Amino acid sequence: GPLSERRLMDVRLGELPMWLATRDFSPQGLLGAVQKAWSSYHDKYINVKRGGPAGISMLLAGYCLLSYGWSYQHIKCHRWRKYH
Amino acid sequence: MNLSFFDQFTSPCLLGVPLILLSTLFPALLIPSPNNRWITNRLTTLQLWAFHLITKQLMSPLNKKGHKWAIILTSLMVFLLMINLLGLLPYTFTPTTQLSMNMALAFPLWLATLLTGLRNQPSISLGHLLPEGTPTPLIPALILIETTSLLIRPLALGVRLTANLTAGHLLIQLISTATTALLHITPMVSALTMMILLLLTILEVAVAMIQAYVFVLLLSLYLQENI
Repeated sequence: GPLSERRLMDVRLGELPMWLATRDFSPQGLLGAVQKAWSSYHDKYINVKRGGPAGISMLLAGYCLLSYGWSYQHIKCHRWRKYH
Repeated sequence: MNLSFFDQFTSPCLLGVPLILLSTLFPALLIPSPNNRWITNRLTTLQLWAFHLITKQLMSPLNKKGHKWAIILTSLMVFLLMINLLGLLPYTFTPTTQLSMNMALAFPLWLATLLTGLRNQPSISLGHLLPEGTPTPLIPALILIETTSLLIRPLALGVRLTANLTAGHLLIQLISTATTALLHITPMVSALTMMILLLLTILEVAVAMIQAYVFVLLLSLYLQENI
């Protein structure tokens, strides 16, 4: 279909900048995108009849990675410590 | 090892934006709001079972008027439980290690129980300041002691939670530093320290859950006296 109506997973890598240009970056647009992403993740991995630990574990692993990214600037200084 | 061992408790900041709000709100993602189905997914079923258990446990000693507090006490319990447990993951930040946050939770809730008691049944609330059967000469001293004990409750609530979690996180950090430092020198002692670290982590999981429970239980006890 036309570029502006395709989901992120259906967009080819070369078309990515053009697809980003068609997106709505207002606060409501961003909020809607976040909500859509969350509900698609939730319905695919958590809201299933026979889910397992995988759904939440991916979420927690993502949270750990995010926290690492947040504290990266601080942790970077540890490379140059003399005594660990 | 950090530049100082207390660096893990600094409020995370990214480009000047305080991230403590995001760390506090993250547990909300892990508790999906129940949809209109009778049989929900496994996660929601587990959580609903846990919430029912918590609510029953907290609300059974309270009278009917106290049941109005069910939602705030249960949600407080779940909030603290989630935050404490999430803090045990690597690199995460635990908001409940900040004294400011725990005092902000403890003080208003304790004050609410106190004011409820003083407003609705003032003589019974004040009567709690003197235990039954005290010998007459001791009465003035005991009233002073009980008043002090009453006024120190919010401080105790907040500091108990902060201190337990902070101490636990610090211990984990110290022992893991020892483990990695000893790895090159004496692997055997390092393995022993690793065992201690594993046991400590299990203890910290227990402490995280117990501290959340104790906080809310004490609040419900203060409520019982006053409602």
